[in-house]
Amino acid sequence: MQIKGSVFKYGDNVDTDVIIPARYLNVAEAHELAKFCMIDIDDTFVSRVNKGDIIVAGKNFGCGSSREHAPIAIKASGISCVIAKSFARIFYRNAINIGLPILECEKAVDAIEAGHQLEINFDDGKIYNLTTNEEYKSQPFPEFMQKIMASSGFIEYIKVQEVK
Amino acid sequence: MKPMTMTQKILASHAGLPFVEEGQLIEASLDMVLGNDITTPVAVKEFEKIGVDKVFDKNKVAIVLDHFTPAKDIQSATLCKCAREFAIDKEVEHFFDVGDMGIEHALLPEKGLVVAGDVVIGADSHTCTYGALGAFSTGIGSTDMAAGMATGKSWFKVPSAIKFVLTGKPSTHVSGKDIILHIIGKIGVDGALYKSMEFVGDGVSHLSMDSRFTMANMAIEAGAKNGIFIVDEKTIDYIKAHSTKPYTIYEADSDAIYEQIINVELDKIRPTVSFPHLPDNTRTIDEIEAQEPIKIDQVVIGSCTNGRMEDLQIANEILKGKKVAKHVRVVVIPATQKIYLTAMKQGIIENLIEAGCVVSTPTCGPCLGGHTGVLTAGERAVATTNRNFVGRMGHVNSEVYLASPAVAAASAITGVISNPETVWEDK
Repeated sequence: MQIKGSVFKYGDNVDTDVIIPARYLNVAEAHELAKFCMIDIDDTFVSRVNKGDIIVAGKNFGCGSSREHAPIAIKASGISCVIAKSFARIFYRNAINIGLPILECEKAVDAIEAGHQLEINFDDGKIYNLTTNEEYKSQPFPEFMQKIMASSGFIEYIKVQEVK
Repeated sequence: MKPMTMTQKILASHAGLPFVEEGQLIEASLDMVLGNDITTPVAVKEFEKIGVDKVFDKNKVAIVLDHFTPAKDIQSATLCKCAREFAIDKEVEHFFDVGDMGIEHALLPEKGLVVAGDVVIGADSHTCTYGALGAFSTGIGSTDMAAGMATGKSWFKVPSAIKFVLTGKPSTHVSGKDIILHIIGKIGVDGALYKSMEFVGDGVSHLSMDSRFTMANMAIEAGAKNGIFIVDEKTIDYIKAHSTKPYTIYEADSDAIYEQIINVELDKIRPTVSFPHLPDNTRTIDEIEAQEPIKIDQVVIGSCTNGRMEDLQIANEILKGKKVAKHVRVVVIPATQKIYLTAMKQGIIENLIEAGCVVSTPTCGPCLGGHTGVLTAGERAVATTNRNFVGRMGHVNSEVYLASPAVAAASAITGVISNPETVWEDK
């Protein structure tokens, strides 16, 4: 699978409270959550994001709460992938479970700037920077997690397992 | 057989394996699956997609409506209704609604639903609290909650661990909160990312169970998968007083491999405060006293971190017979109905109200900016809660300073962030 999009760049420790503040957690619908995605760190995000765009951030992305609403809001906003130096563990699990592609790659994060155009190949984990003509290689996921993502989420994966 | 950490031993036993090692992917059986009013409705949707008609074990699922309750608005009432109908339909035994609910991580141990050796997942990041009981417990999202309720199992990547060797005895006005803030200040908000934090050493015996719950609760604020304490007499007394469930004591092998061993001298720890906007941005009370006073608008004493009996008793000792500073709002939230009642019987609630505090029914409320004490732009709170992220307690331009109940109570009296030792001497 391959995706292409423009970059939104953020720093270290982007927490789930800025991704989707608790004041918007009184609803559970993805399209409602998407309206307020990233609002407390970047209140222009929702008006600027286009389908396929990519978030690039520093270490410990998604730290804080276990709210699955955070990756749900990001996915529903149109973001096709989050690249970070590292992910907080619950966010990492949640993203995989709901089928939001995430990649860990320090080099890419250091080199990529806001507005750069990227092309990502999930099969080999390669990130191409179309703006600077650079290429970065991300950490491959364990096979088990690749299967979950290929099933577009954990629930679909379980259903397949149950049938087997 | 390879040596294992305490966490690894619990995971191995629940995966039916003689041993596990760091990085291994395992499937473990679950002793309890937990959700709240925000995360359960999302899990219900996913549960329905799986296509099973009942939960794996009605006695091993707990649903607690604690975050936006008593329902703060129509949408929250709708979320509660969804969780409530699911709990009734699936005959979930441990369903706690307004009237008998408390903040989930204070409630489950109090109700005896978690004991040493258990594996618990909860769709709430502070599920790691039960590590205080010698259990493996960790926060997960709603999809994992749904899958856990359906199958009774969950996948885990076996974590490595950092060992914290606690020595000495903390001084009078220092409690579990100061110790865990001190530790997070040292290792950082991702200092234990994906790892276990194992708390051992002679110093543990000087910590009350309530202080241990506070410390395990905030393991997530260092990025940890879980925080866990050795089991001692105090743990066993607590479990026997609250539960009839059988428990198992796991001990790390003496030659278990740790990524890091950190010594923590409890007698040297000072009252500690986390400044905005990350829990690792810590200062000691001495550093704070040496700078310009920090004026506050609100104090919150409560939450799954510090809403227990010991916390209210500490606040009471400092606040009784005093008045809160003019123009400072003080919100006190006992974490469970039982704690509320006990505090009432002990005269604590009366003392706090006479001092000028408001006392609320149990709820997570202001901790996550939900209700009952939300901040507006430019306002500053000292809170015994667990996170001080941007906008955590309300407006994006408000500030939260994390502190112990002693620091919070002392600050309530003076209206600036204050040293409980000094305020105590002035009494």
